[in-house]
Amino acid sequence: MKNQETGDNEGLLVRRIKNGTVIDHIDGGEALNVVKILGITGTTQEALSIATNVQSRNMERKDIVKLTNRELSKEEVNRIALISPRATINIIRNFKVVEKKGVEIPHLIEGIVRCPNPGCISNTNEPIRSRFEVVPKGLHCCYCDWMITKDLTSNII
Amino acid sequence: MKSQHHLNFRVRLFQCQIVCEIGNYGRKEIYSYNEAGGMRTRHIISIKDFDRDGIDRLLDQAEEIDREHGRSDALNGKILATLFFEPSTRTRMSFESAIARLGGSTLSVGSVDACSMAKGETLADTIRVVSGYADAIVIRHPKEGAARLAAEFSTVPVINAGDGAGQHPSQTLLDLYTIRQSMPIEGIDIALVGDLRYGRTAHSLASALSLYRARLHTVSPNGLELPETLAAELRESGMEIIPHDTIDDLISDVDVLYVTRVQRERFPDTASYFNVTSSYRITPEILTNAKKHLIVLHPLPRVDEIDPRVDDLPHARYFEQSRNGVPVRMAMLMEVMR
Repeated sequence: MKNQETGDNEGLLVRRIKNGTVIDHIDGGEALNVVKILGITGTTQEALSIATNVQSRNMERKDIVKLTNRELSKEEVNRIALISPRATINIIRNFKVVEKKGVEIPHLIEGIVRCPNPGCISNTNEPIRSRFEVVPKGLHCCYCDWMITKDLTSNII
Repeated sequence: MKSQHHLNFRVRLFQCQIVCEIGNYGRKEIYSYNEAGGMRTRHIISIKDFDRDGIDRLLDQAEEIDREHGRSDALNGKILATLFFEPSTRTRMSFESAIARLGGSTLSVGSVDACSMAKGETLADTIRVVSGYADAIVIRHPKEGAARLAAEFSTVPVINAGDGAGQHPSQTLLDLYTIRQSMPIEGIDIALVGDLRYGRTAHSLASALSLYRARLHTVSPNGLELPETLAAELRESGMEIIPHDTIDDLISDVDVLYVTRVQRERFPDTASYFNVTSSYRITPEILTNAKKHLIVLHPLPRVDEIDPRVDDLPHARYFEQSRNGVPVRMAMLMEVMR
């Protein structure tokens, strides 16, 4: 079977899914962070397939994540933009792509990233979720004004 | 055509976005808001919530209060809750004085040990409860962002009286007010001296002065320089920042000397603390080369940073600055409680 992504005949690295979401064109090596930012862990129910460093026509290397029986919401999709802004989302129903869309960087992200400032009120037992405004320089903590300008993934909750 | 001042100011509280357009008044709205039950509540959390018009308007109000000898019944019967989770003398007492002079009264928990937070209650719950007892809340808390959190859970206005190393907007407003009593703020040369890394008053003042095209001179011990993120932000706003090694290097160039306390706990031992503080001490001898109109400010309490002999010089304005806390805080209370 011809691989649609690489154009060669190695066959699909990961089997097609009947229903769910395929997150394609993830920057090479970022698939595990995408899974993390979506809050998918060993205790959640999704069947999950990951392919990393796959050859791509448009990108040097890309990752792919396939989630069976789960369609991502717009908010979940936009989280992915924080770590892989070129990613594309394919919603699959009965083996067919019924919706294909890009990701948009959200204006505000809540409960996904931990504020690195140990003195920030969001790092206490208060009943709030961390909240960051996405600005050109990075992520701005809405509580303590701390800026995350690099290494975002290590601060993902 | 909309005026250039007809701006949108966006804040997000209670996970909702409110766009305030105050076009009729030709000015940007200056406060954070939240909405609950259809009622809009105003808060003063950060000096960054203000634009220049907003600051000037509030300082004008304080000046008017001063002219009227600081008495009014504008807030007759209103109750102000003061929640101070850190020690405070000037800020707390001047807020209490301010509400009393406006005809209102104060509700206080006393010491932190005496309140429910000592039993493990969250700040959010404390604020929800206190909102039911008072018409406004003034809060000081060791955690950065605590006042922002309080504003989210409060149904009455919240004023930040200092949150950790974060913001202290009322101090900044009274600093600006004191400068304005001596000279126009626009384009001044100001020196920040002392602990510029952890000193929240210096941070807030520098942010506010960037709105007035001030030039910033800095002198601080090694390791206590202005945080790079703040310096970058100030430079981006167009502010010129000039670091100096000694006060002598800058004393003849500046209009305002803003001195902050260097805390002893920042140093490994007492000897190195005294060694550093002695080289940043303001003395009459240092001021001999100062401009005639130079003013010396300090948020107080001072320890060794200013020689007591400076108190008698015309440059010394720090006690006046402390007194100015009352009319400025009266203006703030009137803005959010009326």
